[in-house]
Amino acid sequence: MALSTRSPRRTASRQPALPSTSVRALLLKIVLLAIIDAISIFAAFMLVLQDNWVVAIVVLVVTALVNWVYFSRRLLPAKYLTPGLIFLAVFQVFVLLYTCYVGFTNYGTGHNGTKEQAVSSLLASSLQRVEDSPTYPVTVVDRLGELGLLVTDPETGDAFVGTNDEPLSRVSGATLEGGKAVAAPGWTSLTFQDVIARTDEITSLAVPYSSDPNDGALRTPDGSNAYRYLSTLEFDAQAGTMTNTQTGVVYTDRGTGAFVADDGAELRPGWQITVGFDNFVRAFTEQSIRGPLIYVTIWTFVFAIGSVALCFGLGLLLAITFQNARMRGVKYYRLLLILPYAFPAFLSILVWKGMMNESFGFLNQVIFGGAAIPWLTDPTLAKASALLVNVWLGFPYMFLICTGALQAIPDELTEAATMDGAKGWQVFRQIKLPLLLSTTAPVLIASFAFNFNNFNLVYLLNNGGPRDTTTSLPVGHTDLLISMVYKVAFTGQNRDYGLASAFSIIIFLIVAIIAVVSFSRTKALEEIQR
Amino acid sequence: MFPLLFVLSSALNPNGTLTGSNALFSKIGIDSFWRILSDDKSPYLLWFWNTLKVATVTAVASTLMGALAAYAFSRMRFAGRRFGLITIVVIQMFPQLLGAVAIFLMMSAIGDVFPAFGLNTHTGLIMVYLGGALGVNTYLMYGFFNTVPVEIDEAAKIDGAGHARIFFTIILRLVAPILAVVALLSVITSVSEYLIASVLLIDPENQTLAVGLVKLVSNPRYADWSAFSAGAIMAAIPVVALFLALQRYIVGGITAGAVK
Repeated sequence: MALSTRSPRRTASRQPALPSTSVRALLLKIVLLAIIDAISIFAAFMLVLQDNWVVAIVVLVVTALVNWVYFSRRLLPAKYLTPGLIFLAVFQVFVLLYTCYVGFTNYGTGHNGTKEQAVSSLLASSLQRVEDSPTYPVTVVDRLGELGLLVTDPETGDAFVGTNDEPLSRVSGATLEGGKAVAAPGWTSLTFQDVIARTDEITSLAVPYSSDPNDGALRTPDGSNAYRYLSTLEFDAQAGTMTNTQTGVVYTDRGTGAFVADDGAELRPGWQITVGFDNFVRAFTEQSIRGPLIYVTIWTFVFAIGSVALCFGLGLLLAITFQNARMRGVKYYRLLLILPYAFPAFLSILVWKGMMNESFGFLNQVIFGGAAIPWLTDPTLAKASALLVNVWLGFPYMFLICTGALQAIPDELTEAATMDGAKGWQVFRQIKLPLLLSTTAPVLIASFAFNFNNFNLVYLLNNGGPRDTTTSLPVGHTDLLISMVYKVAFTGQNRDYGLASAFSIIIFLIVAIIAVVSFSRTKALEEIQR
Repeated sequence: MFPLLFVLSSALNPNGTLTGSNALFSKIGIDSFWRILSDDKSPYLLWFWNTLKVATVTAVASTLMGALAAYAFSRMRFAGRRFGLITIVVIQMFPQLLGAVAIFLMMSAIGDVFPAFGLNTHTGLIMVYLGGALGVNTYLMYGFFNTVPVEIDEAAKIDGAGHARIFFTIILRLVAPILAVVALLSVITSVSEYLIASVLLIDPENQTLAVGLVKLVSNPRYADWSAFSAGAIMAAIPVVALFLALQRYIVGGITAGAVK
């Protein structure tokens, strides 16, 4: 985007006086930029330490751009837009793209790392002590909080040191005591008390014997002697297979993000791979996912349209009543109507949840005299309840909107229509309503979009329940698409980020289509075209 | 109106359970307020403080960022201006909630590098809120900025004021009503926001009121309903007070937007 500044309608003859930036403002600018630079250089440094070069370079480039924008004399619009754009880019645009990426992977429980991580964690979790293992005298050593084992080879007397992450390597200059290495340069040997205090950490140490994970590891049960442990699994890097040395079962990497045996048994954890359109194919073909997806989508539309229509209807009715009513204290009634709108919605929803409780709630106990009406537990009634609560929450807003819109309709129109012989209902139906609908269209669309993703209402009122028992997904009968995404990703035994993101993409597409259609039918964008 | 009476009544009821709250105003006392304030398992005051902090910082920062952007769009003519505005309006159509999975994964990655900005931090949560709010705010304010006559800027410019001085000392004062509305809407949104806060904030001491109170009544049968109601009332008071104080602006702002 090429940026050049031209102030609107600047008189050519009168150039502005010299820039009168005061010294204080300049200092403030320099200090702020210095803070930002310091933070991002630190971030880049940390990233480089973690070998994350790409992100580090991005951070530095963005920082350089920011500095250039604020020290340059030109680029005036950029000075005002940059702060917002950075947040928008990271937390909205990038998030959108990243969601799309995750939707094409199998990211989730059991698939959340690289293949190397999966291999080493599989091998480490299946370690077993070798029966005729020699006894290795060891000293537990510490370097900056990280524990390691200082091992003496019982045959050669050489000293080796290693940690959980670093395989054993030879150390020179180790202090020997009775043929056992007791100290090494760069490491602090643990005293007996330390060993007792950190027993748990020490017994869980597994120092790889060599850089080949199939060589097993050394572990110490007591902090003074170590034994060789070998994994019951053997990894063949060339063939990409895992073999169980005890049962002889061969697990192969078949490109599904895990080692799979011939009988279909999988070794967990697996690793993260891109799976193409698999998540989408699953969503549309697997019966246990497709069923919920379809009825949740239908309910989402019913809920959103129903909420908007009911809120608007009720709000309009009240607005008309108040406009015509000659009763006293209209001001106070209005205040009473606004209060539910001012009360934080999430709290109102929780209160309704308590009132609708089947056995203890206020509605059943007091209003319906002890009846056991399943407000939130019957699939159909739960939907009605969700709508009811949402209308209660939403109609005051519509009331305000309609009041404003009605007041904006000139009285002359009504008078003219009455002169022509139109009755009250006709005036409303054929003159006021169309005008009202056209002026409130943007609000109605926004309200639809809001309710389409009204996570708080369904999740807080009823947790999306009652739970649908016919599917493996953690989905309920009042779940909207958005709460379904949340549940698939963050609740239940298996977190499936990939499938959840695929659902998100489907919602993105639905929302985008609605947005395009509604924008092309309203004048929302016309103002910008000026 | 009725649910509000119900919550007030059960907050004043010292009894505790949901059943006990059904007889409206049968007993009156402030025991439940003490209970919610002193319960160790639910650090209400910390939640309150966290919410206050997150909501205030988000409101101030997002209003300021929105105002900066709106000023640029309203007063300067540059290549890409129209495209930028349309993009902002279109991007805002995609709710941030949908990206919750990606936000969670991204924040846990950021946390590996920069624990102060990652998961389980308020800075992280605020940054996410700031990213989501820009579109709506800019669009709202853009319309209002356009109603301030350009002649004022020009007069100041002739008097030798720089663009920064015009913005901070003249324009910001003239658009104060819309700043109030946007800031208030931002406060209400972030106080009520549950999804992202529940995903990002893990430790009870770090959570906001929304996350904490929801957890408190997750099982209505055993929950201390009166204590929850007391907490709800205390949480609602600041928001309702702000709302009523700025009511005129808000109603005016909403209806003006609707009938423009």
